[in-house]
Amino acid sequence: MRYIPNSPAEQAALLREVGVAAVDDLFATVPREVFRKDPPPLAPPMSEIELRRALGAMAVKNAAATCFASFLGAGLYGHHSPAFVSQLLLRGEFLTSYTPYQPEVSQGTLTAIWEFQSHIALLTGLDVANASMYEGATAFVEAVLMAERLTKKRTKVVVSRTIHPEYLATLKTYLAYLGLEVAEVAAGADGVTSAAALAAAVDETTFAVAVQSPNVFGLVEDWTVASEAAHAHGALAIGVVNEAFSLALLTPPGAAGIDIACGEAASFGVPASFGGPLIGFLSCRDAFKRQIPGRLAGRLETPDGPVFALTLSTREQHIRREKATSNICSNQGLIALMATMTLTALGKHGLRETALQCLSKSEYLKTGVKALDNGKFAVAFPGATFNEFALRCGPPVAEVLAALEKAQILGGVPFARLAPGAGEHEDLLLVATTERVRREDLDRYLDVLKGF
Amino acid sequence: MSSYPDDRFYSKSHEWVRVEGDIATIGITDHAQKELGDVVFVELPDAGEIFDEGQEFGTIESVKAVSELFLPVAGEIVESNKGLADEPGAVNEDPHGDGWLVKVKVTSDGAADGLMNAAAYEAFVEEEAKA
Repeated sequence: MRYIPNSPAEQAALLREVGVAAVDDLFATVPREVFRKDPPPLAPPMSEIELRRALGAMAVKNAAATCFASFLGAGLYGHHSPAFVSQLLLRGEFLTSYTPYQPEVSQGTLTAIWEFQSHIALLTGLDVANASMYEGATAFVEAVLMAERLTKKRTKVVVSRTIHPEYLATLKTYLAYLGLEVAEVAAGADGVTSAAALAAAVDETTFAVAVQSPNVFGLVEDWTVASEAAHAHGALAIGVVNEAFSLALLTPPGAAGIDIACGEAASFGVPASFGGPLIGFLSCRDAFKRQIPGRLAGRLETPDGPVFALTLSTREQHIRREKATSNICSNQGLIALMATMTLTALGKHGLRETALQCLSKSEYLKTGVKALDNGKFAVAFPGATFNEFALRCGPPVAEVLAALEKAQILGGVPFARLAPGAGEHEDLLLVATTERVRREDLDRYLDVLKGF
Repeated sequence: MSSYPDDRFYSKSHEWVRVEGDIATIGITDHAQKELGDVVFVELPDAGEIFDEGQEFGTIESVKAVSELFLPVAGEIVESNKGLADEPGAVNEDPHGDGWLVKVKVTSDGAADGLMNAAAYEAFVEEEAKA
């Protein structure tokens, strides 16, 4: 981005033009209490050499996640990203500021997008997947809005409260001004969506029913609970997936009556970084493809063989703005490519093997927790899980995490952090395992818990 | 000889209407399908939906363009042409026959008021071409 300087005289002219006395007046609508009381603790101007030394001294205070055994999850999982992925990703053909879609110059990119779509369609057991969404939460919202368009004149979406709280918050933000109602169905005491409660909430005004599996507690949900409740009233069933590796082992949503699958695919080799960039996905049955949001690459036959191009573009806002299915007018091209490369490298068997490792390591940890005899910890819910479970802590969760941190372990995500202020499940710690943790990490984790 | 059948009326937005009793069948004209080019998708309303005269009731998409479809008469949809889902090309091949779009139960008495007969429509198309 270019830095555009302006002089005090120019600033004064700009302020006069917009009719305020000082730059600070432009922030008058921001509540005073969120402003810093003190000036930021910045040192006086430094030379380049001084600056590098100062920043270097700051940097060594960082603890890199890679130096810890990470059990962080809750929607974003630290899977391995093969070295060749980041290497190939840096090639100039891929690393552009904007995803090029013109078929005459972008066959490589379009082929990769088509392969991404094919991977997602196969994994979710559905017919069509789009070229990706920004991340899981907005992919979920787009799936809900898509269902609303497909069912016509219905106003209510029924969602299980075992969907990730941040996804639900994003949905409520989007729907707040659209005249659409979000009906939330509480989880049963077993942490899983109650089929009866969900069915009871669905009526003729319902356009979609959504559940997540594995759910926010890591528990495997039965997709048919959503699809049967939805289809009984002519609504569509939406399946949400946070941990895409689960698709390698569990029943694909499309095979259990789910009409639209959506979620987060960052598990496929996209580093967690500081929470992004991520990669949302969305797939659906063939009959619904005209209401898919965003880009869609298609495979075309020509006399010279197959080629790839964007297709069904009349859904998009650059063709018909007022009738567009979404205001997403791009895709997560580079990150979709990362996921595609990872999936291609793993292959069918590698994907399954990795998923089995995630599952096995989680089961090892659960078994270890159940065998603890200090009475301070428990596996919170009895149901089947994939690679994440809720650990019920006797001691405060913060103390447990601090003790684990001393043993070079990032112990998990406190449930309370996902829904601040809700005051729910404050004794739960979500513990995720991926193929990256070792047996000794699992044993060290259990040793720390034993010490309480 | 006119290329447009005399048993029906035509609108300025290039739809045709054939009324039998209180049921009107609606499609797009041969001229309209030629202008659109190969039709690849037609989105039509469900039976039971009610529209005003001139209201948009669906969309038609060709390899060149997407156009809205406007209902030349007010009424309730009683049937839409399900065959077009698999064979939208019928709109090109037989726009005045198998390529029909919807059947409407007409709610107003003067259903065909303001519409043109075949000769007037043909003249209208020629005028439009000159403009």
